[in-house]
Amino acid sequence: MNLTVNGKPATIGEETAVSITHLLEALQVEQREYVTVELNGDIMDRGDFEKATVKDGDSVEFLYFMGGGR
Amino acid sequence: MKLTEEQINRYSRHILLKEVGGKGQLKLINGRVLVIGAGGLGSPIALYLAAAGIGTIGIADADRVDLSNLQRQIIHSTPDVGKAKVLSAKEKMLAINPELNVVTYETWVCAENIQSMIADYDFVIDGTDNFAAKFLINDACVLGRKPYSHGGILQFDGQTFTVSPGESPCYRCIFPEPPPKDVIPTCSRAGVIGVLPGIIGTLQATEAIKFLLGTGDLLHGRLLTYNALRMRFREVPIRKSPKCPICGDNPTITELKDELDALTVCDLGH
Repeated sequence: MNLTVNGKPATIGEETAVSITHLLEALQVEQREYVTVELNGDIMDRGDFEKATVKDGDSVEFLYFMGGGR
Repeated sequence: MKLTEEQINRYSRHILLKEVGGKGQLKLINGRVLVIGAGGLGSPIALYLAAAGIGTIGIADADRVDLSNLQRQIIHSTPDVGKAKVLSAKEKMLAINPELNVVTYETWVCAENIQSMIADYDFVIDGTDNFAAKFLINDACVLGRKPYSHGGILQFDGQTFTVSPGESPCYRCIFPEPPPKDVIPTCSRAGVIGVLPGIIGTLQATEAIKFLLGTGDLLHGRLLTYNALRMRFREVPIRKSPKCPICGDNPTITELKDELDALTVCDLGH
């Protein structure tokens, strides 16, 4: 399926909907345990990461904590 | 209140802008901005706000200048090593603009002191380096209905956005809870390229100035991210979350508390 990931086109092999957990693995996303995931504009609950919610054409953003300032 | 001849000269490049003019410059002179953190982000923020003539600038930090700060904390100089950061900052701000009222708070912000601190200001800027402070500033500003600018940096990446409580999403709409202690590296452990806080801090100062002028579009509902290696800015649209623990439909956070779990040893001691 074709996705938009952090604003860029991305493709994963699966053709049916996948879970966010699966997507994080498939894309080898950094800090998988702490990354915030926005799916089509909605921030997803971590408790929903196992549900098959990501489908062809979706837009996904990975948002990271940035705690620095000094 | 009218501008003096000297002020007209000092701020002439502002006054030439139709979005500022004499009236706008007077708004800046009457404006009150609190900068929390006098380090990487706080340095350019405080310097530019001082140069812009923001009449009252508060600056809060309990730290002292260390040699390792000088690679990026451009408000401090080599002879300042060992000096309280807020005092070092105040000296540079007044050297640029002696007519300012610079209020120093030589303390870390905490649940006990932050509400009375922010109450005196029109706009707050987060230039802190730990999640405990970042979440506390968000919570205090949301509960106190105070607009503020979030900023965060790490290595080659930065992010910023502006929160106007009630109108726009807050930090917890994106990040409901702080990450567990010690899992996200801090600049003191993971490093930061020295120019990065200059870029993000200058964006934050721009938001404060626009807020006081009442002009332009604030960074509401858009997380602006920057990567210095790829030299790329991105904007991620953010919606107000109905499940947000502080500004959502059923808030669970109704009073301030310190996020002790988010503190790390270096945050406290450094």
